[in-house]
Amino acid sequence: MTTTSAPQTRAPRAVRRLGDRLFAGSARGAGIAILLVLAGVAGFLVVDSIPALVAPPQDVPGGEGVAAYIAPLLFGTVLAAAIAVVVATPLGVAIALFLTHYAPRRLAHGLGYVVDLLAAIPSIVYGFWGIFWLAPRLVPFYEWAEEHLGFLPFFAGPASATGRTMLTAGLVLAVMILPIVSAISREVFSQVPTLHREAALALGATRWEMIRLAVLPYGRSGVIGGAMLGLGRALGETLAIALVLSVSAGTVTFNLISSTNPSTIAANIALQFPESSGIDVNTLIASGLALFVVTLAVNVIARAVVNRRADFSGAN
Amino acid sequence: MSQLTSTPPGTRTSPLPGSVRAARRLPRWTTAAVFAGALAVVLLLGALTHLLLAVSVLLAAVLATVALYALSRAVEGRRAATDRLVTCAVVGAFGLAMLPLVSLVYEVVSRGIARLDSEFFSSSMVGIVGEGGGAYHAIFGTLIITGLTALISVPIGLLTAIYLVEYGTGRLKRAITFLVDVMTGIPSIVAGLFAYALFAIFFGPGVRLGIAGAVALSVLMIPVVVRSAEEVLKLVPNELREASYALGVPKWRTIVKVVLPTAVAGLGTGVTLAVARVIGETAPLLVTVGITNATNLNPFDGRMATLPVFAYYQLTQPGVPPQYAIDRAWTAALVLIAIVMALNLVARLISRFFAPTTGR
Amino acid sequence: MAKRIDISDLNIFYGNFRAVADVTVSIEPRSVTALIGPSGCGKSTFLRSINRMHEVLPGARVEGKVAMDGQDLYGPDVDPVDVRRQVGMVFQRPNPFPTMSIYDNVAAGIRLNARKMSKTDLDALVERSLQGANLWREVRDRLNRPASGLSGGQQQRLCIARAIAVEPDVLLMDEPASALDPISTLAIEDLMTELKERFTIVVVTHNMQQAARVSEQTGFFNLSAAGQPGRLIEFNSTEKIFSNPDEKATEDYISGRFG
Repeated sequence: MTTTSAPQTRAPRAVRRLGDRLFAGSARGAGIAILLVLAGVAGFLVVDSIPALVAPPQDVPGGEGVAAYIAPLLFGTVLAAAIAVVVATPLGVAIALFLTHYAPRRLAHGLGYVVDLLAAIPSIVYGFWGIFWLAPRLVPFYEWAEEHLGFLPFFAGPASATGRTMLTAGLVLAVMILPIVSAISREVFSQVPTLHREAALALGATRWEMIRLAVLPYGRSGVIGGAMLGLGRALGETLAIALVLSVSAGTVTFNLISSTNPSTIAANIALQFPESSGIDVNTLIASGLALFVVTLAVNVIARAVVNRRADFSGAN
Repeated sequence: MSQLTSTPPGTRTSPLPGSVRAARRLPRWTTAAVFAGALAVVLLLGALTHLLLAVSVLLAAVLATVALYALSRAVEGRRAATDRLVTCAVVGAFGLAMLPLVSLVYEVVSRGIARLDSEFFSSSMVGIVGEGGGAYHAIFGTLIITGLTALISVPIGLLTAIYLVEYGTGRLKRAITFLVDVMTGIPSIVAGLFAYALFAIFFGPGVRLGIAGAVALSVLMIPVVVRSAEEVLKLVPNELREASYALGVPKWRTIVKVVLPTAVAGLGTGVTLAVARVIGETAPLLVTVGITNATNLNPFDGRMATLPVFAYYQLTQPGVPPQYAIDRAWTAALVLIAIVMALNLVARLISRFFAPTTGR
Repeated sequence: MAKRIDISDLNIFYGNFRAVADVTVSIEPRSVTALIGPSGCGKSTFLRSINRMHEVLPGARVEGKVAMDGQDLYGPDVDPVDVRRQVGMVFQRPNPFPTMSIYDNVAAGIRLNARKMSKTDLDALVERSLQGANLWREVRDRLNRPASGLSGGQQQRLCIARAIAVEPDVLLMDEPASALDPISTLAIEDLMTELKERFTIVVVTHNMQQAARVSEQTGFFNLSAAGQPGRLIEFNSTEKIFSNPDEKATEDYISGRFG
C-alpha cells in the first residue's frame, strides 16, 4: 500500500497514492509545458529581434530601419486579410445558412463534410491553384475593371497581365478561411432554439423573415467571432500569398489589380528567410514578432467574442 | 408562404406551420423553368459572343434570380419574392464555394497525373537536371518529420487534455485553456521562426534540422490535439468514472483503464485529423528544415527534403527547361492532397467503426 | 464480512455550503437500512460520504466521524481508495463499462486494481459473483459478449455482481431500482434480501413501499427550507417508521402530505 503519513488536516486530498501523484503531476506538467512553449515563442522572437531593433538603420534591409521595413509589409498583410474577410464572411454565413436551414436534411451532413474538406487542403496547394487556375481567369475581369471602374483607387491599374494581384491573393485567402467562418456560423445557427424559430414561423413569417428575426440575431456574435478567427488565420497565411502575389518591396498602395503590390509579413519571411543571414534574419524575426502580436490580439478578441456567446446564449 | 425552393421538385420541404390559406402561388416547377430558360438564353448569347462557360453559368444564375424575383413579386407579393431571392442567393453562395474545391481538385489531379509514375516514388533529385527525378527523399522526409511531430505532440496534447478534464481546477486550468486557444492561432511561419531561434541557440545561426521542423510543427499540432481530446474526454459519462472509483480503483488507473479506452475512437479521430492538419504545412519547414536533393533520413543531421517544401521549390526554382520541375511540383501536390484526404477518410472510419457502444 | 457503521456528528460541506448537518446514527451489520426523504434533502450525499465518493466533487469535505467496526474512515492516514474497496456502491442508473465484456465487467475490480489472480480463481470469482447477483443463469453462455447488450435490469444486477466481486464489507445502493421496470425492481429487491446475509446494506430510495418491503431500519431525511442543510429527522425500525413514527414530519411524508 502506497499510503503516506499525511499532515494533520482533514482535507480530502491529504492521502494520495504514488501512482496518482505521478500521473496527475505529468498531466499538470504537460499543461505547464504549453505555457512554457508559448512563453518561449514570445521570448525567442523578442530576443532575436533585438539585434535588428538596435542596429543602425542603414544596416537593416531597405536602409531605413526596422519600422520602415515592416510598415509596408504590415499594410500588405492587413489589406490581403481584409479582402479575405470581406469576401468570406457573407459567403461563409450563406453557406452556414444553406447547411442549417436550406439544404435537405439528408444531404446537409455530407455537404458540410465537403465544406470542411476545404480546410484540409494544404496552403501550398491553394498557392498552386491560385497561380495556375484563378489568376489567369481573373485577368479579363481586371482589364474590364481598369477600363470601367478605373476612377476608383482600388482599380486604378495598370491591370496585371498575370493576374497575380492583391485581389487574387485576397480571394485565395477568402477561400482558405471560408471553412472557418462557415463552421463557427453553422455551429451557432444550428443552436438557435427551436422555440425562437417556431415562434417566428407561427407569426406567418417566410423562411427568410424567420432567419432575419430569429437566426441572425441569435448567431451574430458567433458570426463575428468566426470572422475574426478567419482574420487571424488570414493574417498568418504564408505560402498561398508567397506563391500568388507578385510583390515589389516597400510598396504601399490600395491598387488591387496591378502587378506592383506590397508583400505580407508571413510571405516575405518565407521568401527571404532561406537566403538570409546575419542582421537580415533578425529583421525578419522582428517582422515575425509584429505578426505574432497582431494575430495574438485578433485571436484573443475573437475568443472573447465567441466565449461571451457561450455565457449569454439567449437560450433561456 | 413559399413552398418553392431551388431544390428540384420531389424533395419537398416539410410544410411550415400556420400556412393553411391558399395564397396566390407560382407553380412548383417555376424555379426550374426560370433557371433552365436563363441558362438557355445565356448559352445562346455565349455562343455568339464567346463567353467563358463559368461566366455564362454565373450570368445565367444571376439572370434567373432576377427573373424569378420579378415574377414572384408580381404574382406572390413582396415578402414571398424576397424569400425566393434569399433562397437563390444562399444556394448560389454554396455553389460558388464549391467552385474552388472542384476546380482545385480537378487542376491538381489533371496536372499531377503526368508524373505519377514509379520513378517519382523511387528516386530522389540527386544529379537530376531536367527530366526524371522524384520525391522519394521528400516523401520519407515528410513521414519522418510528421512522425516525430506526432511523437512529441500526442503525449503532451493528450496529457494536457487529461489535466484539463480530469484534474484541472481554478486559475491554472483557465490559463491553459486560454493559452491553448491562443496557440491555435499562432501563424505557422511564426512557429517556424520560434523553432529556428530555439535551435540556433545550440547549433548556431543558419541551422537546418529535421527535428527543428518537428518542434515547429508540434507548436501547431499540440493545441489541435488538446482541443479534440478535451472534447472527447468530456463526452465520457461521469457514471463510468464513479463506477470505477466505487470499486476502489485509484483515479489514475480509472483514467488509463476506463476513460481512455471508452474515448479511444474519438481520440484516434482527433489525432489523425491533427496529423492531417500539419502534414501539409510548408512555411515552418521552409525556415527550419530547408531542402536538399539527396536522401537524408536522419532528422538530427542537417537539411531534409519534405513533400510540401519540395513542391514549393520545384515550382519556384524550376531550372531550365522549367516544365519538368513544374510537373514534379504538381505531382507532389497531388500526393500531398492524396495523403491528407486519406487521413481524413481514416479519421472518419475510426470514428465510425470504433465508436464506443454506450449501454443505453 | 459485514461490518457495523457508526456515524457521529457528521456534517458534509460543498465549499461553504453545508449539505448535511449533524447526523448521528448507527447502522447494523447484516441488515438493510433504507434512507428516505424528499429530493435534495442530502440522503444521497450522506450515502456517498460513507465510502467517500462525494470527494470526487471538488470542494467537498466533512466534519465529524464515520467509523466502520471502530476504524475511522476519515482518519488522517486513510486513503479514500482503500475505503471504497471495503464499501462498495451501486448507482441509480446501471453503468457497466461499455468497452468491456460481461466477464470483464465483473472482474473489473480485480483487473483495474492490477491484483494478481489465477485464471481459475478469477473464473470462480466471476461465477460466484454473478450467482450472488442472480444473473449467472441468464448470462453464463455469453460471458464474452458486451455488457451493453443486456437489459436495464440485467445491467443493474451486473453492476451489483461487479460490486460484490471485490468482496466489500458494506454495500451502498443509490436508488438502485428507480430506473428499472417493476419486474426488474422486484429482482433487485429479492437480491437485497439475499445479500444482507453477507453485507451491510444501505439503500437510498424514493419508493416508500420498497423501503417498507426490504429494510429493517429506516432513516428519514428532510430539510426545513431550500438552501438549508438536510438533517436526519428520524431513525427507527422500519416497522415503527411506517406505522407509528415519532416525528410529525415523518408521518406527513409517509402519508404523502408533502414531498
